[in-house]
Amino acid sequence: MSHPKLASIFNKDEKRVDWHDKALWFVRHKRDMSAHSVKGWEELRNLGHGIKAHMLSNLDNYLIQFEENALKNGVQVHWAANGKEHNQIVHKILKEHNAKKIVKSKSMLTEECHLNPYLEADGMEVIDTDLGERIVQLAKEPPSHIVLPAIHKDRHQVDELFQEHLGTKPCDGDPQYLTGEARKHLREKFIQADAAITGVNFAIADTGGFVVCTNEGNADMGAHLAPVHIACMGVEKIIPKQEHLGVFLRLLARSATGQPITTYSSHFKKPQPGSKMHIVIVDNGRSEQLSRPDFRASLHCIRCGACMNTCPIYRRSGGHSYDATIPGPIGSILSPGKDLTKYSSLPFASTLCGSCSDVCPVKIDIHSQLYKWRQIITKNTPQPFVKKQSMKFMGKLFAKPSQYETVGKIARWSLRNLPKSVINSKPNTWGKARDLPIGPKQSFDDWYKERENNKKSNDQ
Amino acid sequence: MKVGLFIPCYINQLYPQVGKATLELLEKLNVEVVYPSGQTCCGQPMANSGYESESMGTCNNFVENFKGFDYIVTPSGSCAYHVKKHYNIIPQTEDVVNVRNNVYELCDFILNVLKIKNLDASFPYKVGIHKSCHGLRGLRLGSCSEVVGHPYSYIEELLQEVKGVEIMTLQRSDECCGFGGTFAVTEEAVSVKMGKDKIQDHLNSGVEVITATDTSCLMHLEGLVTRNKQPLKILHIAEILNSHL
Repeated sequence: MSHPKLASIFNKDEKRVDWHDKALWFVRHKRDMSAHSVKGWEELRNLGHGIKAHMLSNLDNYLIQFEENALKNGVQVHWAANGKEHNQIVHKILKEHNAKKIVKSKSMLTEECHLNPYLEADGMEVIDTDLGERIVQLAKEPPSHIVLPAIHKDRHQVDELFQEHLGTKPCDGDPQYLTGEARKHLREKFIQADAAITGVNFAIADTGGFVVCTNEGNADMGAHLAPVHIACMGVEKIIPKQEHLGVFLRLLARSATGQPITTYSSHFKKPQPGSKMHIVIVDNGRSEQLSRPDFRASLHCIRCGACMNTCPIYRRSGGHSYDATIPGPIGSILSPGKDLTKYSSLPFASTLCGSCSDVCPVKIDIHSQLYKWRQIITKNTPQPFVKKQSMKFMGKLFAKPSQYETVGKIARWSLRNLPKSVINSKPNTWGKARDLPIGPKQSFDDWYKERENNKKSNDQ
Repeated sequence: MKVGLFIPCYINQLYPQVGKATLELLEKLNVEVVYPSGQTCCGQPMANSGYESESMGTCNNFVENFKGFDYIVTPSGSCAYHVKKHYNIIPQTEDVVNVRNNVYELCDFILNVLKIKNLDASFPYKVGIHKSCHGLRGLRLGSCSEVVGHPYSYIEELLQEVKGVEIMTLQRSDECCGFGGTFAVTEEAVSVKMGKDKIQDHLNSGVEVITATDTSCLMHLEGLVTRNKQPLKILHIAEILNSHL
């Protein structure tokens, strides 16, 4: 279903929309207070942008350097051209270790590759250990936000889910009780795990190390307890040097939640004695996106979710209305590169207000890219006949002043004289909830001409 | 200084009073203003809908009408922004480059080119400013809440000088109103919800009159206010700056 359809379904429950909007606005507001308290915030954003742009221009070299250093550290490195290869590689590693129970911390990449169903089809148990992700996993839903995966659910819905799946007692949505129960449940899973999968926030080329950021410490719990750690990363997660971490760690959590830094910024470099560490480096359409000059900056993204929290459309349509792994503004410039037709409504799910670009910690020109995707989509995907024809008509109309004047006259007359029931009848979507202005008798043009004529006759 | 007045299509047809106020205001400031009669539209409705290619004739017509002026002034941040940012689709002749460089939103022109602040207006009402996005984040007619830096706002600077005006503080100072051109129709549900929330913010802040640098946003808000019979008046900033009440 298209974004407008899913968004209008979400909007049927206005109270829920209000709640969703306020919850995310609160996060955006926290981000503002946090960003505004950092001296040199805008310089930091420039630096983040610059480092990412430099990295993308030299991606091949940095990836090779990263692999060399990781191998030296005793980490095994795998390369996957697409999601399928990624899943096969992860599956093979797990098989080799006879792993049946797997704990996984947040990784949008594994969502993108649909890793869980792939492993579950072979009888493996994959537990998402981020609390929000565990909630949506129990609900059999995809995350609706990349940082706050269950933001579309309230505590009462979580209460019900936990009663059903974890056997908790009814608690009227008591967050403390629910979190405590989740903690017990997840601890058990951590202890039993045969393998841990994590994402990667930053992979450092000159050390071969990588950093995983969580607020719950769940990546550490998994990786430290299980004998095998598999870290999955997209190629664009590389940063050249260890010292660049300072830039990104300062930007990431402030932009995401308004925290000065994530509660856990865990640095991994080599396997613990007796255990194994693997890194799977995935392309899955990224080098194709890199080849599009207008859209390559979308690969700067550090997945903070700030563009979602600030987006007035995202807040009022919910993450699921985008029907894509990455929702919101950034998802709307990433997804069309993967499937132009399927995601053709996403670049239009924006007023081009530009707030996403201004909030982005690595200065991706998101709204400009939305505009550019629109131009490509109308040329390359089937468009509604009416839209296409009316745009052509308007194009011609505005190119010729005389025609424009005539049509303007007719439009004003109609607005003035037709009954409201006709004006606001079905084909006029505008009129469903809004009135149209009453058409004035005289356009500005008419008035100006009259005035000029009067001036002339007065002068004579 | 020769100034060409650009009156956007929807203002020309539906809100001529905004055009009149703009013209009167500029004439009051002793600016030599000409309204080229062959003008139509800036091309934005097609371009933002993904049909930039259909808007080239419109762009050429715009440049043809405005090429001879030192400045082009318009009561719309959004249209000025479109000319500046998106007129790269037609060949960049000297005329096109000049037109793109010289197009100004009204408040920006008064404050930064004419360097006038006090317009001798009076308007004894509680006013809420809607900071239209393309003017704010496109033309940078003010600081926005996302970006860290010195706070400023051209429209506010001019309004502060208007006698009797009380500028009300909003909860969300610069959130989009949900108009967005064809977005208002293609994403009707979200567009309407955004507009309703925006209006509520103004009502909660005790606003009597909502104003902005763009009539397009105001048309959307006015449509909701009228339909829902809410106690708010909607006026373009030119109308307030041209008032003596």
